[in-house]
Amino acid sequence: MNENVLTLQGVHTHIGAYHILHGVDLAVPRGKLTMLLGRNGAGKTTTLRTIMGLWRASRGKIEFNGQDVTALPTPQIASMNVAYVPENMGIFADLTVKENMLLAARGARTAQQMDSQRLQWIFKLFPPVEKFWNHPAGKLSGGQKQMLAVSRAIIEPRELLLIDEPSKGLAPAIINNMIDAFAQLKASGVTILLVEQNINFAKRLGDSVAVMDNGIVVHAGSMKQLAEDEELQHSLLGLAL
Amino acid sequence: MKNLDFDWKPLALAPLLALMVMPFIGSTSSWVTLTVAGLAMGMIIFIIASGLTLVFGLMDVLNFGHGVFIALGAFVAASVLGTMGDYTASGSFWVNLLAVLPAMLVAMLVAGAIGIVFERFIVRPVYGNHLKQILITMGGMIIGEELIKVIWGPLQIPLPLPEGMRGSLLLGDAAIEKYRLFAVLVGLLVFGVLLWILNRTKIGLLIRAGVQDREMVESLGYRIRVLFIGVFVVGSALAGLGGVMWGLYQQSVTPQMGAQVTVLIFIVLIIGGLGSTTGALVGALLVGLMANYTGFLVPKAALFSNIALMMAILLWRPQGVYALSK
Repeated sequence: MNENVLTLQGVHTHIGAYHILHGVDLAVPRGKLTMLLGRNGAGKTTTLRTIMGLWRASRGKIEFNGQDVTALPTPQIASMNVAYVPENMGIFADLTVKENMLLAARGARTAQQMDSQRLQWIFKLFPPVEKFWNHPAGKLSGGQKQMLAVSRAIIEPRELLLIDEPSKGLAPAIINNMIDAFAQLKASGVTILLVEQNINFAKRLGDSVAVMDNGIVVHAGSMKQLAEDEELQHSLLGLAL
Repeated sequence: MKNLDFDWKPLALAPLLALMVMPFIGSTSSWVTLTVAGLAMGMIIFIIASGLTLVFGLMDVLNFGHGVFIALGAFVAASVLGTMGDYTASGSFWVNLLAVLPAMLVAMLVAGAIGIVFERFIVRPVYGNHLKQILITMGGMIIGEELIKVIWGPLQIPLPLPEGMRGSLLLGDAAIEKYRLFAVLVGLLVFGVLLWILNRTKIGLLIRAGVQDREMVESLGYRIRVLFIGVFVVGSALAGLGGVMWGLYQQSVTPQMGAQVTVLIFIVLIIGGLGSTTGALVGALLVGLMANYTGFLVPKAALFSNIALMMAILLWRPQGVYALSK
């Protein structure tokens, strides 16, 4: 079995006339949480979307578990147990929380067919998901929507979670809840690639880190090392962690 | 707990319109007759529009060629009913149904099958480009109409109501045509089945989700294109069914009949909110009622009245009565 679940080699992405990724090289180790950091516009979201096939890589290679997935359509990539939580959370606002979860549970036709043990585990991680089970998802608060988005991603066992800025716009108390939940997720052995701007998130959760700038990865290593090296932080991110 | 936040206000619009118009009609019996005629017309328009609203909602496709399936359904039904004279000549409504139901079924099958071809060769190459969609689907409709002329001829074909569906039932002084009641029942049945599929099945859940955010549906592992083809085929089949109902309502069919209804259908979709089935029902009933009331009160303003109605609704709710979260 490969040490890395996901590898990107020289990945370029164009969106219309814009050249966004300029040759991204990235390795996501199995069972670890990799933080993808960088300034706004560095190409973090584009990297996640390119991995999911939502935007096509114009050059380079993306391998998942040793298989080339560069040209595969999004549903096929998702079927390989890759879950994606976009920056806008991708909640279906007109559906209830239950219906949102049922959609993500591909093996279930009805709510009763969802894995009840896993559901109970999710309810413990994110109590609002149970509390608002039959409520329209559009009526949830920002934090509750984010919890639903992550719950949806883990309703079935996944090999890789791609999560884009889960703490964006959330209150500090909610962010702490999310950090606890991600720590539990990490302990369950799932591999996570997490785009984040929140420094606490990165410091407390990250095993490894990749820093992007201008569409390329400019630094890759352990999160601990970056957290301890203020000079490196300044040079890569323009701030100290 | 079920969704308690359902917005009931739009559902009150059709009864409100009917009650507001009542004093102007003068006689209660005329009002009942016009109201039932309006509801029947509305239900037929709903059958036609229901598939189109999902096609737009799911894939953002503006299909101006939907009308060709209406005409196709009507001509197929005319051919099928033409071979079942023994059944249509009977005075029994139930014996008539033995001819009308197979005609509907065959019309839906043919329209659905042609829908597959239409989606593959006309719609699929123009995903994501509204201008091209409008042009090529209108072109598709013109070609479809010409092909209908080749098969059935360019002239109007009579499609008489079966004997048992003619005539009226008396409700007090009001005469209510049997066929109009039948159309209302068929419309309610289609609405019920659609609501059941959309709200009680996983396919329906996928369609509702796809209408809101198709990219996220794909990210969850579902092939939205396959779903769209299915919806397009069902939408075409429903247009075929609507064509049968409309043809029997008018008692004649012409190759241009689909194009003639297209304007009304788009008014319905805009009033209802693109992608909303319940919105399409509300819009269709309003359009059907308005067309009949103004046809009686101010015949020259019949088409304008529906455009005015659409404008009034859009001033109230600019995205239609049941705007979906996108």
